Amino acid sequence: MDRMPTWADAVLVPLISLLLAAILSALVILAIGESPAAAFKLMVDGALMRSAGWGYTLYYATNFMFTGLAVSVAFHARMFNIGGEGQAMLGGLGVALVCLYIPWPHWSMALIGSCLGAATFGALWALIPAYLQAKRGSHIVITTIMFNFIAAAFLNYILVNLLRPAGAMDPATAKFPEATHLPTFFDMFATEGSRLFRSSPANISFFIAVAACVAVWFLIWRTRLGYEIRSFGHSETAAKYAGISPVKITVIAMLISGGLAGLMAVNTTQGEAERLIMNSTEGAGFIGIAVALMGRSHPLGVFIAAILFGFLYQGGAELALWTNIPRELIVVIQALVILFTGALDNMVRAPLERVFFALRKQGDS
Amino acid sequence: MDFLTAIQVLDSTIRLATPLLLACLAGLYSERAGIFDIGLEGKMLAAAFFSAAVAYMTGSVWLGLAAGIAASLVLSGLHGLASITFQGNQLISGVAINFLAAGMTVLVAQDWFKQGGRTPSLMGNARFEPINLPFADALKDVPFLGPIYSELLSGHSILVYVALLAVPFTWWLLFRTRFGLRLRAVGEAPEAVDTAGISVVGMRFAAVGICGILCGIAGAYLATGLQAGFVKDMTAGRGFIALAALIFAKWRPWYALYACLLFGFLQAIALRYQNIDLAGFVIPVQFMDALPYILTVVILAGFVGKAIPPRAGGEPYVKER
Repeated sequence: MDRMPTWADAVLVPLISLLLAAILSALVILAIGESPAAAFKLMVDGALMRSAGWGYTLYYATNFMFTGLAVSVAFHARMFNIGGEGQAMLGGLGVALVCLYIPWPHWSMALIGSCLGAATFGALWALIPAYLQAKRGSHIVITTIMFNFIAAAFLNYILVNLLRPAGAMDPATAKFPEATHLPTFFDMFATEGSRLFRSSPANISFFIAVAACVAVWFLIWRTRLGYEIRSFGHSETAAKYAGISPVKITVIAMLISGGLAGLMAVNTTQGEAERLIMNSTEGAGFIGIAVALMGRSHPLGVFIAAILFGFLYQGGAELALWTNIPRELIVVIQALVILFTGALDNMVRAPLERVFFALRKQGDS
Repeated sequence: MDFLTAIQVLDSTIRLATPLLLACLAGLYSERAGIFDIGLEGKMLAAAFFSAAVAYMTGSVWLGLAAGIAASLVLSGLHGLASITFQGNQLISGVAINFLAAGMTVLVAQDWFKQGGRTPSLMGNARFEPINLPFADALKDVPFLGPIYSELLSGHSILVYVALLAVPFTWWLLFRTRFGLRLRAVGEAPEAVDTAGISVVGMRFAAVGICGILCGIAGAYLATGLQAGFVKDMTAGRGFIALAALIFAKWRPWYALYACLLFGFLQAIALRYQNIDLAGFVIPVQFMDALPYILTVVILAGFVGKAIPPRAGGEPYVKER
């Protein structure tokens, strides 16, 4: 059949897309009168050359792994979940309620509790769009967009009117109790001499994110449910014929997706801020789209793409600190990655396919 | 609420509904032709920045408007390239355009003006000034109808009237001309249009282009009419409210006007009153903020009249499938 080899599809196409995005970003930096090479060096120095830089890179990467996996799982069922942002916000509420109102004796138990809280709240926030898509045929993209805005208003109300401690000005909960604070990489890896990861926010939830990558891989490619999700994504009619219930798969895939997005809040809310603030998600739900597209919805790809975006985030912060380039450069790069790996995929793929076919013909004759 | 307060709230309703209406009509053209557009927000934002920047530099708001429309058209072209020419995913392209605009506007604003991602305040001819309808002053003292005419209907910037006139024009263009019939047809059954010997690609690009122009006007109105200058993320979700209004209106021009007025009214209320006390039952301001989205979900769910999008919406057209 006329298909490219798998390695080209999985590695070469994303790499070329990434290269195109990088070239355009370099042109943007050049246009605002800075040197792309110097900027890149600054990003590498700030994000990868110090252990504290890695601490930030991995902290951001943790968020992006969760949201990237969330988008990926929905992609496998051929649904586009733009609602990761709202689901992560509600996940934050779950974490806050668990941490504030249950007297945990030790952080390890609190972590289990908060993971359950985050995943449950995130999944529940995805349940209504999922149900409406499955039963009423309302387009999931539009409903999840609407639910992002509803989530922001809802959380704003909860924080301002219900959870804000008396006398406090900013819309945020009280500090979580000491016993729920998660160990950071500094607590885990620093020794007297090395002081690794000093004052950086990466924490134990990074390992939960890695475990989630493995779990999603197992779910999608090694279980019956994953098989059903994938076949539903490939062809709804064929799946129906095989006795797979579209309603069930739609709802379950979205619940898993929402739960994964919600889990992100364990990292930001319990791991870093140690209280729930407004806008704790900082757009990570949307970056999940770029991460999933670049990672080709494969957990390994998501893992690598998440680290790359973590690097971009931390490097971008360094750029904003030392140069005239504002942080929004990362938003531009993110847009270009989504554009090339997602929307303009055919533009990259078609010429490449032609090259491969030409080579194959030569080989045949 | 006395009569004059009501007039003031309705007056700000009209002003707040204008960008929604322009963006909503923009989306209407695009989606009626089968191209989903969740990049309305990004196009408005880019137009808002470039109109404010050019109006500030040249001192002419009309040049600003032209620049805003041009910026929006560039993004429209990108959307067309991705979703029509390369048959990519229209939703993903829209998401990319939103981020591209959010990032680029701040980046360029910081480079040009060095004010933390905003333009300097616009003054004089760099803004759209309110225009008074004829006899507005003379009729001011007529009871009841006087204030309605001279306060509510008169004294808006010209783009408000452009937006209001765009509604009957859109209805006429879509439902009373050959162009409109073809445009709606490529959104419902592109293969039929193709069989008739009309270019589907051409029709869809035309629709996306009109969408770009209208989004450009919407953005320019935000930065040079409603407010005096560009600030970071100033569209604040208006593109998505417009999208919501479009669904609420079930892709019809007159209903788009009503939906945008309704959502504009909600915004005006939320701006004026923090919490509304209805006989001891307090409606929080956040609920008012969320109401357009909640209403849209209810409509989408089909519990109150089902919203059915154009049949070929979101599907790239491939000959000889």
